[in-house]
Amino acid sequence: MALEAPSLSAPSVISRLAPGLVTLASLAGLLALWWITATFADSRVLPTPPQVAAAFWRDAVSGEMEFHLAMTLMRVAAAFVIAMVIGSAIGIALGMNREANRFFDPWLILFLNLPALVVIVLAYIWFGLNEAAAIGAIAVNKIPNVVVTMREGARALDRDLDEMARVYRFSTVKTLRHVVLPQLQPYFAAASRSGISLIWKIALVVELLGRSNGVGFQINLYFQLFDVASILAYTLAFVAVMLIIEFALVQPFEAYSTRWRPKRA
Amino acid sequence: MSNLSKPIPPAGGQNALEVEIRDKVFRGADGVDVRAIADIAFAVEPASFATLIGPSGCGKTTTLRIILGLDSEFSGQLRLPENEPRRIAAVFQEPRLLPWRTVEDNVRLALADDATDRDLSDLFAALGLSEMRGRFPGELSLGLARRAALARAFAIRPSLLVLDEPFVSLDEQTAGRLRNLLTEVWSARPTTALMVTHNLREAVQLSDKIIFLTERPARIRGIHEISTPRAERDTRWRETTLSTVAKRYSGVL
Repeated sequence: MALEAPSLSAPSVISRLAPGLVTLASLAGLLALWWITATFADSRVLPTPPQVAAAFWRDAVSGEMEFHLAMTLMRVAAAFVIAMVIGSAIGIALGMNREANRFFDPWLILFLNLPALVVIVLAYIWFGLNEAAAIGAIAVNKIPNVVVTMREGARALDRDLDEMARVYRFSTVKTLRHVVLPQLQPYFAAASRSGISLIWKIALVVELLGRSNGVGFQINLYFQLFDVASILAYTLAFVAVMLIIEFALVQPFEAYSTRWRPKRA
Repeated sequence: MSNLSKPIPPAGGQNALEVEIRDKVFRGADGVDVRAIADIAFAVEPASFATLIGPSGCGKTTTLRIILGLDSEFSGQLRLPENEPRRIAAVFQEPRLLPWRTVEDNVRLALADDATDRDLSDLFAALGLSEMRGRFPGELSLGLARRAALARAFAIRPSLLVLDEPFVSLDEQTAGRLRNLLTEVWSARPTTALMVTHNLREAVQLSDKIIFLTERPARIRGIHEISTPRAERDTRWRETTLSTVAKRYSGVL
């Protein structure tokens, strides 16, 4: 143990001093690798970083990039909210009711294994090439995952705290807000984390197949023009948007809602 | 502290707590019935403190759960101290605090909707929790968490206070200090109270009445009344009483 201690504390000091620095160095390394490979390959299908930056700048100045990013973001946000609300409600209901769970479990397995492409194509066929069908298709792809996660959460609810709430005559609203929902928070966080990344990937496919705007549509367009630099520009721009959402919204919210947890040393 | 000794309107219900459990059977996971309680009947006078003592697994906690309304599958009847609105407070074996709420919020959440801004400073001070009001339960030791659970129980000014081994798994010194705190806070505003314990010393120190239960299925083995005022229960008195009780009910010490 005594021998291990210094080697354990050394990296932790570095990462505590500059956690941002490590991330930055890692990303710079990836960029360098890309740049070197692209320079040596010298091919149309693998543009260098400056070429991608130029493509980004061209569409950003014309406002096209912002418009398509906004359209995709709108679909992601709408589908996310719908999927989280419906998925949580179903998941909690199934977690609390054993009979209902036994009945609906096969449905859940079916929907979990339904390929995203099938859902999207059927949604467009049945409901037409419109915004509602697009957002609905994205949400339906995500709902089963949310249900599974939230069902686990509802099953793990603490009976001791529930009894305490009953003895002290908490109202239903009070029990939900102060006893039940905080217990479900980690499950909700897990579902929304994996949800955002899954949803935006599906959103691009939905746009590619049946919408006339959005990042997916643009990527399809540049695919037909064989413009790899623009494809990468759109992809990286959207990844950047999602990262900003992660750091500016998801992580601060999570830190706030888990502030009661004792800090790990 | 001074405020606690101020005269406060009488607490506790107008009538005694009357418990009568004629039969309580648990169905085990293997389908075999286990009879937990055969026949228990006792009363706790208004504003008095009673203790249930019995061997492990004899149905003491089950009795409390029935009184708390957490288990309604039994034959027999209950009469709870009437008081409008009826308020029951429980201190469980584990503190059962909400880990995501501060100590103060945990206590305030138990208050009825028309009493949420009640001044709790004296109560927190009496229990030595003044500094801990803004802390989360995860930051507290077991002893402090138990105090917070006591604070929650007393804050609602209950007509019936139920305690299930509230001092178990604490070191003797901490448990002793908590017992004194309980006596102090309870005496300031006596309420009908029923406590389960394994510890005869604890029972002798705190109770007006000790109810001894038999092995499972539980029956009443005997009831021992204590009339000496709490203030006069010194160490010598306690030792004499302990040996008297232990002589009559072998195996309880």
